[in-house]
Amino acid sequence: MGWLSQSLNSSIGKKFVMAVTGISLILFLIIHLLNNLSMYLGPETYTALVKSLDGIKPLIRVIELVLALVFVFHIFNGVRLWLENKKARPGKYAVNGSVKNSTLFSRTMIQTGSIIFIFLVIHLNTMWYSFNFGEAHATHDYYYFVAEAFNSNIIYSLFYIFAMIVLGFHLNHGFQSAFQTFGWNHKKYFPLIEKIGFLYSLVMAIGFASIPVYFLFFYGGN
Amino acid sequence: MSAENLKLKLKIWRQKGPNSAGSFSKYEVAVSPDTSFLEMLDELNDSLERKGEIPIAFESDCREGICGACGLVINGQPHGPVPLITTCQLHMRNFKNGDTIWIEPFRAKAFPVLKDLMVDRTGFEKIQQAGGFISINTGGVPDANEIAIPKDISSLAMDAAACIGCGACVAACKNASAMLFVSAKVSQYALLPQGQPERYERVQKMVKVMDEQGFGSCTNTYACEAECPKGISVTNIARMNRDYMKAKIISKNVEV
Repeated sequence: MGWLSQSLNSSIGKKFVMAVTGISLILFLIIHLLNNLSMYLGPETYTALVKSLDGIKPLIRVIELVLALVFVFHIFNGVRLWLENKKARPGKYAVNGSVKNSTLFSRTMIQTGSIIFIFLVIHLNTMWYSFNFGEAHATHDYYYFVAEAFNSNIIYSLFYIFAMIVLGFHLNHGFQSAFQTFGWNHKKYFPLIEKIGFLYSLVMAIGFASIPVYFLFFYGGN
Repeated sequence: MSAENLKLKLKIWRQKGPNSAGSFSKYEVAVSPDTSFLEMLDELNDSLERKGEIPIAFESDCREGICGACGLVINGQPHGPVPLITTCQLHMRNFKNGDTIWIEPFRAKAFPVLKDLMVDRTGFEKIQQAGGFISINTGGVPDANEIAIPKDISSLAMDAAACIGCGACVAACKNASAMLFVSAKVSQYALLPQGQPERYERVQKMVKVMDEQGFGSCTNTYACEAECPKGISVTNIARMNRDYMKAKIISKNVEV
């Protein structure tokens, strides 16, 4: 299998790994957002939905493991590419011309990615852990747990909203970039892919951020 | 020719040799708006020589935009502010009286600075030697149009072949990636019937050497396309990605 690791560690191979894991995460986020938006259906429906997932817990654990691996590969490869690419360009230009030739989204993937990583660690600790093993799991009051988490902690909510805007930035470049990496850049369809990517990023950022906004400003408690 | 001379402040990168540290030196020049960028440097060098100073080293050859020798980063942009031209085709009328112009060499680990504004682009040669050609038996001149090629395909191949190998793509890329150059060289053969026998071997060999030279990886910022004097499209990079992954999956050769 030497050829496989050689291929995936080549410059194009590393792009490919970023694209495959990136697309997987893009698909995962759709499922995640749908789950989050179901909060708008009310406490009973949401709690029932979360509880119904208990029945397929073993399957969910397997999916979570795959997801964790995808995250690890995406993050590891991203950081590695960033380090290698910095080495390939040791000197900086006196005048930064990049504003004129590329988008902000494409130049800031490591920065936006790092903020999302920090968010991910906090998010896993507050939400995922609590839903699976902690307070929310014990009381089965998933809805009120989330509501309280956002309503009672403005700093946490604001950071959550900020991270979701940053996520939108990251996705806006990542979406079309993955298609380019796969070689699917066609004159007829690529402008459409870019537009879909922008729309997708907008929906994700607004969708995810709407939950803390809702509980912070429009939620009156019990 | 009656236009008044432009008074410009130049900040030019001076570096004695590959291993010495460089820095910017300030120069003030007055040039006609009709001179080209390289003529302005020629005039400056002339005045430096008269004063007994060492002239600024920079590369140029054809001075008509087809050889790819001249390549300067002007105010942060390879080949300067005007799109689709090389440094030698840039004229001083694009600058305003009193402007400060920063002139730097291409910056990339794979393009070490030799002196002042001159960089070593041997990396590109090595990539070309790895597969930037087709192997055919020479002999009598083949008939023109012996092999029918659709016009749009031959045009795409010609667009890729327009690459002059100047290295502006590497200079513009924040990762100093050579993907646009290599993809143009890969594409010009991948598109044509004559390039098919070695198509998948070629892409693997050229990418391998590209990686060995210390160029960075592409992160799809498309800065290369924006700065390319020949307008080489990033769709060539997409084609190379496609060909490379396909080659890796289907080829029986585990060595390359």
